[in-house]
This record gives sequence, structure tokens and C-alpha cells, in this order.
Amino acid sequence: MNATLASRTHESAPPVRKSGAGADRAFQLTTAVAAWAVLLLLGGVAVSMAWGGRLAFQTFGWSFVTGKDWDVVGSRFGAFVPIYGTLVTSAIALIIAVPVSIGIALFLTDIAPRWSRGPIAIAIELLAAIPSIIYGMWGLFVFAPFMAANVEPWLNDHLGNKAIIGPLFRGPPIGIGMLTAGIVLGIMVIPFISSVAREVFSAVPAPLRESAVALGSTRWEVLKSVTLPYTRSAIIGAIFLGLGRALGETMAVTFVLGNAHDLSASLLMPSNSIAAAIANEFTEADTELYRSSLIALGFLLFVVTFIVLTIAKLMLMRLNRQLGRTH
Amino acid sequence: MAIPARRRVADVVAFAFATAATVFGLVWLAWILWTTLAQGAAALTPALFKEMTPPPGASGGLLNAFYGSAIMILLGVVIGAPIGVAAGTYLAEHGRYTRLAAIVSFVNDILLSAPSIVVGLFVYELVVRTSGHFSGYAGALALAMILLPIVVRTTEESLRLVPDQMREAGFALGLPRWRVTRQILYKAALSAILTGILLGVARIAGETAPLLFTALNNQFWSSSLNGPLANVPVVIFQYAMSPYDEWHELAWAGAFVLTAFVLFLNIAVRLLARKGKK
Repeated sequence: MNATLASRTHESAPPVRKSGAGADRAFQLTTAVAAWAVLLLLGGVAVSMAWGGRLAFQTFGWSFVTGKDWDVVGSRFGAFVPIYGTLVTSAIALIIAVPVSIGIALFLTDIAPRWSRGPIAIAIELLAAIPSIIYGMWGLFVFAPFMAANVEPWLNDHLGNKAIIGPLFRGPPIGIGMLTAGIVLGIMVIPFISSVAREVFSAVPAPLRESAVALGSTRWEVLKSVTLPYTRSAIIGAIFLGLGRALGETMAVTFVLGNAHDLSASLLMPSNSIAAAIANEFTEADTELYRSSLIALGFLLFVVTFIVLTIAKLMLMRLNRQLGRTH
Repeated sequence: MAIPARRRVADVVAFAFATAATVFGLVWLAWILWTTLAQGAAALTPALFKEMTPPPGASGGLLNAFYGSAIMILLGVVIGAPIGVAAGTYLAEHGRYTRLAAIVSFVNDILLSAPSIVVGLFVYELVVRTSGHFSGYAGALALAMILLPIVVRTTEESLRLVPDQMREAGFALGLPRWRVTRQILYKAALSAILTGILLGVARIAGETAPLLFTALNNQFWSSSLNGPLANVPVVIFQYAMSPYDEWHELAWAGAFVLTAFVLFLNIAVRLLARKGKK
């Protein structure tokens, strides 16, 4: 179809079309090269991390991931503590952010007066616009002291003596630690999860919801039995998106996590995360092996976030396909 | 038919929770903004914009950091935005329905959320290690890499919003495809594309992690992009983590200016976008 069209116009006015076609090809080529640049960026990051970290991987093998010692002087690097800290803080973040984000999405689609929905949604999204270093400063100077003075003593007294979860909440109330970092991370990922949730909630076909209401469902039952099942894949996608953000967040965590390389069961104790370890130590790394170990950490972080974000994207695409949207 | 009490209670509880969740989210926003405003306003002085970053114990300003940030953001936009617009054009126009476009679109979404510190490490390996020193160029390149996926995404979306009739009208006039894109589509999508670039600027203005090992920092005035360059986020980081009160104050002042700039861009862009829609 296109070919016949092109050849026909070609016959009618050859000189103009010819120059047009050449410029057309050049323009198309330029845009294609730019598109390749996006792929190159991803590939470049992956390859350079793997290359930069090869010395650490060769030297330590699997013990790089399982080793608990991060010994700068003795040049032995095991990344278990930062990996553990990254996972724990991200888990705390999700425990807080997921219910809150779904609550916000529900509030904005069903409860809030119509005039207030836009402004509230923008305000929540501004949480994502605030630079992470501002979260870090606020966390260090305001939120950590608040946790130390008010929240952590309470946790010590009320949860620290419980049987199974006790050890999680026992420890000196210093404010800096995994719990504080997890909460700050939770606040930071709320806007990402809630904006997706809000979008997909409002994409649920009205007849579905209305028929549930007509059958006598309360609004909560509509959410539980219609909206959430219908949007399940996208909500899971949104959660993974939030997880990807939380895993890789650097500056805010660096401020409030304490940069400690000790393993501790207590959430109140300082710890480390992959991103924070890189941010804190990279410019101080004076040996090849030290630097390589930090880049290897970056490689691990990149691979994990890549997988998490890929799952997120696939889940989000599933609902779009269901709704008949190609994009 | 009356709804049983248990179901009614569940309904009320769920809705109370949703309202509380929204309040919860807004409280953090208010708390963080209030802290930055109160602490920052107190530290705001004319010297902030006139003097250089001081050694510990002395007073000073952030002039060199503002300059360094501005120049790196500008260069980052100059590098990142044209490539981003071109790639977005490929996704929405010239490569539409191709396999390459589908893959790039997918990868781009991942880059949008990828950890920015990894980009910093990448540029370190790529530029700093090969050239042997930290530099403003490396910092600008890192910022361009953060900006790129944002511009790609918004360009693609804004071009898709242009109705096909406009493309067909252009073809019907006998225009070659590249002129349809340049003279019709870019004009129609201009404000949306600019919006995307401005949002990207707001994002890279606060990025700290990619600059830590690329531009590093510089206590003194330097206008050379070929050496370590002071910049607002890294100065805030170093000063906030330091034990000195004067440095803390400067960090708050910097945080205030940075937050005000980022929020202003975000809100202004949203207001303009809404006006454009009406």
C-alpha cells in the first residue's frame, strides 16, 4: 500500500520527491540513531558495571554476596549487610506505602469532592518532585530526632518485650537506623504507587462498578470485589515500580541509615544499603579492589532493579491490553 | 432493604482509612516543606548569592555552587534534550509499530525509574576514569543521561496526542514526512514537549547521586567545566553531613532555594499544561 502510494507520487513530480525522499531518510535515520542511544545507555550501564566489578567478583566469588565482613583495611569485601539493609528498608517502605497509596487512590476516585481531586492529586505528586536530598536533610535533622524522642522509646516499651517480633524493636533509640530509613523511603514511593493506582481505578469501566452497586454492594465491597480484582495486575505493577524506586533510592537513605557495616536484628540499629554504601565510600575508595567492590555493588543493584522494573512494566502493560490500549 | 451493620461498619472503616491515608500523605508534604521553609528562610542572606562556599567556621555563600549547577544543568539539557526529542519522534512517528520502537519504549520506561547512582558510576567509568580527573563535563553528561528518558517519554506522548488528521493534511499537501514532523507535529506538540523538558530540568536540578563521583565538588570559584565543579546538591550533602553549624545553615539555605526552584517549575508547568488543555 505504502509502496504503491510512494511510487505513484514519484511519477507525478520526480525532482521534488527525490530531494524529499533523501531528506526523509536522513531524518528517519537521525531519529533511529537517537532511539538506539536509549538502548546504548542501558547496555552501557550494564556492561560498565559488570566490567568495573569484575575484579571483586573474581576475587570473592559468591562470598561477595554472602560475606558479612566489609573490611576496608584487610581488603575483604562481603556485601551481605548492605544487601540486607536494602531489602529490609525497602520492605518497610512497601508495608507503609502500599496501603496508604491504595487509600489515597480510593479517596481521590470515590470520596473526595470533585473540585478538590485535582489539587490533592497534585499535592501528593509533589512528594515525588521534592529532591531526595531534601528528604535526607529533613530526615537527619527533623525526622530522626522525632523518632528518637517519641516513636522509638514507645516501640522499645510496647513491642520490644514481645516474644517473636521483640528483637526487631529492641535497641537504643538513636533515631538513625533501618526503621527511620524505611519510613522515609515509604513516603518517597507513595506518589509513584498512588498515581498509578488512581489512574487504573478510574479506568475501571463504570458499568462494572454500577452493576455491583445495583446488586446492593457497599462502596467498600465495590472496591474489594470489583475494582481491586479488575486492576490487580496494574496494582502489582505499581507496587513493583515503588519497590524499584525504593531499592535504588540513594541520598535520603544515606542520611538516615547510619552507614554501619554491622548486621543487627533490630530495626532501630544503623545499617547500610547498597546505594548508600556507594555514595558514602566511593570517593574514598583508594584501592582497585575496594573501588571494584563498590562498582560490583552497583552492578547487583542495577540487575535487581532492572528485574523488578521489568516485572512492573509487564504487569502494567497487561491491564492496558485488557482495556484495549496499545500504549 | 437495610444493609447489615457489619457491612456498613466495614464500609465506614474503609472510607475513614482512605481519608486518613490521604491526610497522612499530605502531612509529610507539609512537614517537609515547612521545615525547609522555616530553616531555609532563616539562613537566607544576600551573601548567599555573592560569596563562595566557605571553609569550616567561616561565613560565606553558595555562589560558585549555583553557578556550577546552572552550567551543568544547561549543558545537560543541551546534550540530553535533542537526543530525547529525536528518540521520542522515532517512537511516535518514524518508527511507530516497529520492533525497535517497542523495545526502546520498554527500556526507556525502565531507565525512567532506574537508580540514578548507577548512572553516576557509569559516567565515572566512562569519563572520569579515562580522563583521569573529575569534571563538570562528566557531571553534565550524567545529568543528560537522567534527563534523556524523561524527554523521550514526554515527546512520545505529546506527539501521539496530535490527531492523525493533521499528519494526513500535511501528506495531502505533498509534504515529505520529515517536514510534516518538523513543521506540523512539532508545532502542535511544542508546548507539551517543552513541558517535558522543564519537568526534566526540575528533576536533574536536585539530583545528587550522579554528581558525587563525576563533578565532585569544588570549594572555590571555578568556571572551567574541565575540572571538579561545585554544585548545589553535593554542597548540601557535604555541609549537612558536617559537624559545623555555619555549614548546616548554608545547607538549609541551599535546600530552600533548590526546593523553591523545583516546586516552582513543577507547579508552573502543571498550571500551564492545564491552561493549554482548555
